[in-house]
Amino acid sequence: MFTSVDDVSARLAETGYLASPAVATTVFLAARLGKPLLVEGPAGVGKTELAKAVAQVAGARLVRLQCYEGVDESRALYEWNHAKQLLRISAGRDESWDETRTDIFGEEFLLPRPLLTAIRGDEPTVLLIDETDKADVEMEGLLLEVLSDFQITVPELGTVTATRRPFVVLTSNAGRELSEALRRRCLFLHIGFPEAELERRIVRLHVPGLGAALTASVVRVVGALRAMDLRKVPSVAETVDWAHTLLALGADTLDEAVVQDTLGVLLKHQDDIRKATAKLDLETL
Amino acid sequence: MSDVAERITSLVGALRAHGVRIGTGESVDAARAVETLGLADRELLREGLAATLLHGVGQRAVFDPVFDLYFPRGVGGPDGGPADRAALRDRLAAALAADDPAALARLAAEAVDGLGGYGSSPESDGWSAYQTLERLRPQTLLARVRADVRGRGVSGAGFTDRLLDDELRRRIEEFRRLVGAEARRRVAERRGRDEIARRAVRPTADRVDFLFANRDQLAELRRAVRPLARKLATRLAARRRRAARGTIDLRRTLRSSLSTGGVPMRPVLRRRRPARPELVLLCDVSGSVSGFSDFTMLLVQALHDQFGKVRVFAFVNRLDEVTGLLDHGRADPEGLGARIRAEATLTGWHGSSDYGAALGEFAERYGSAVGPRTTVFVLGDARTNLSDPNLPAVREIAGRARRAYWLNPEPRAQWGTGDSAAPAYAELVEMHECRTARQLSGLVARLLPV
Repeated sequence: MFTSVDDVSARLAETGYLASPAVATTVFLAARLGKPLLVEGPAGVGKTELAKAVAQVAGARLVRLQCYEGVDESRALYEWNHAKQLLRISAGRDESWDETRTDIFGEEFLLPRPLLTAIRGDEPTVLLIDETDKADVEMEGLLLEVLSDFQITVPELGTVTATRRPFVVLTSNAGRELSEALRRRCLFLHIGFPEAELERRIVRLHVPGLGAALTASVVRVVGALRAMDLRKVPSVAETVDWAHTLLALGADTLDEAVVQDTLGVLLKHQDDIRKATAKLDLETL
Repeated sequence: MSDVAERITSLVGALRAHGVRIGTGESVDAARAVETLGLADRELLREGLAATLLHGVGQRAVFDPVFDLYFPRGVGGPDGGPADRAALRDRLAAALAADDPAALARLAAEAVDGLGGYGSSPESDGWSAYQTLERLRPQTLLARVRADVRGRGVSGAGFTDRLLDDELRRRIEEFRRLVGAEARRRVAERRGRDEIARRAVRPTADRVDFLFANRDQLAELRRAVRPLARKLATRLAARRRRAARGTIDLRRTLRSSLSTGGVPMRPVLRRRRPARPELVLLCDVSGSVSGFSDFTMLLVQALHDQFGKVRVFAFVNRLDEVTGLLDHGRADPEGLGARIRAEATLTGWHGSSDYGAALGEFAERYGSAVGPRTTVFVLGDARTNLSDPNLPAVREIAGRARRAYWLNPEPRAQWGTGDSAAPAYAELVEMHECRTARQLSGLVARLLPV
């Protein structure tokens, strides 16, 4: 899929995803070693975007399994199409029960869900298992077979093995500690907040209309906010939103009034806004 | 390649010694990663090994210094003669002003080489980060660098200028870290890597002893409170779900079996009364154990929506309720300890802790806070400064509460030594050793009522 780490960064950059060296290295290794990639990090640093960008680069189909509390086998793996099975039974009246039974548990009556779809396909596939930490512990058990051997066992049919291994990305917000068994089957990547230089490039890529000096100031203010002890520090997504806001307001430099008016774009808790206002001396107005 | 294999296995060994669980499978993956990435680029190698060997964010703090020891940036000292202090300071100021990480790393190596060496005999000599930083005093460069940056006008006048000081402080902090890593590397060349990796690398924050944690580590622990509370909340919820699948209600099972001809087709489970448990925390906040108490108070406060009522009391030798100070929103974790000591009446006519008096005062003044639904936690080292431990008061509290536990931040071996009344209290109240955040979260998940 990729020839070198630099190749990964260059091709991801073409799709509009600027990867840090850590991200590029790990993606390269995941592709080379054929192991799933577990991505952790705060909300809004581009975990899901990474999977989409990889899919775009590799020209692969993106299959997405969105996890939530209570997601189960029939939502993740496969389900039998009961209505169709009933129709089949009532349609074929003259055959013996044995014939019918072998027939209704065939591929035709199987409804594939994301995991089975990703395993069965012949074309290159990127499988995104989003917000794995939201799913129950039982769900992790289901994932183990898929992640280590890239196969799924359907009791009535036998084992379906991947002809072409999908590139698997799991994301997690660390809302719950994932089990050790799941972790050791994956390469681990933590995406944190980017360095100032990388963040400037990200802002410039997404909001090209903003001047270079203002972009630098934006990134510095966000960096200062992240160093504070806040309930929810602003993430890359918020930085980009803020840049958009400033562009829309037509601001060409940052001053107290502009920052105070737009702080709500960056911080989502009243306590945080109060604290940041105090620390940045915004009340001197 | 065998040298690399040996180096990876000893790196893995050092990480395991720090409590990072790594299996053979991961070691093999790490070796494959090295094979794929090559040894040319050290930073790529670092990321590759981290991706294959680590399983969590917290482990990264241990991994980086250990990696620096086993895959050092260079061998021996930097080229060129010994640098003198004034010239080093000049160049450091320039590098800080320019925010040039590569130059900072180079300067750290030169500084340790020029200023950090001590001793002359081959047995006792070494390299000291502390001595290097004492002689170089990078923190005193702040004003000079600030003037330099302002003079060049790159900082952009006006609003962002006020951020400059903090940014420079962070760069200086980074330089101090680099000096520490460099000194460790130089010592490791002399003394053998394995020993330095075991001794000189700090453990992860959740394994730091509460009683010996420094300011940075306590700050790191405070930041970990919210994610930890979220994890514990899910664990408590799971316990609650399991507990809800209770025992069979025989009367209602038989009653419902009448409709199926007396055959109990569907067992009916006893319903649990949805009583929200109440929690009372008694915290010793005297100097010796305040780090432990502050952390536990914050953790319990973050879990407050799991309980019907949480009341927190702090004491040194007098006791006062501090529940209000911990309110959501008001709780500024950093200043919590100072605020409690400023706003609550905790000491009488002397400043050292007195468990007997404080617990007696609790039983007397706030006895009604403890009822049959209340679980009481006492946090403290049970060191009474040789005053009366007041066992009847403890017996009274424990007798009235549904459950009572004592969390002691001292190692079990030290209970009962000196002025510790731990064994006497442990006879009345279930006492647990609780030295690290890891132990605490285990205990909280197990002991908290659901």
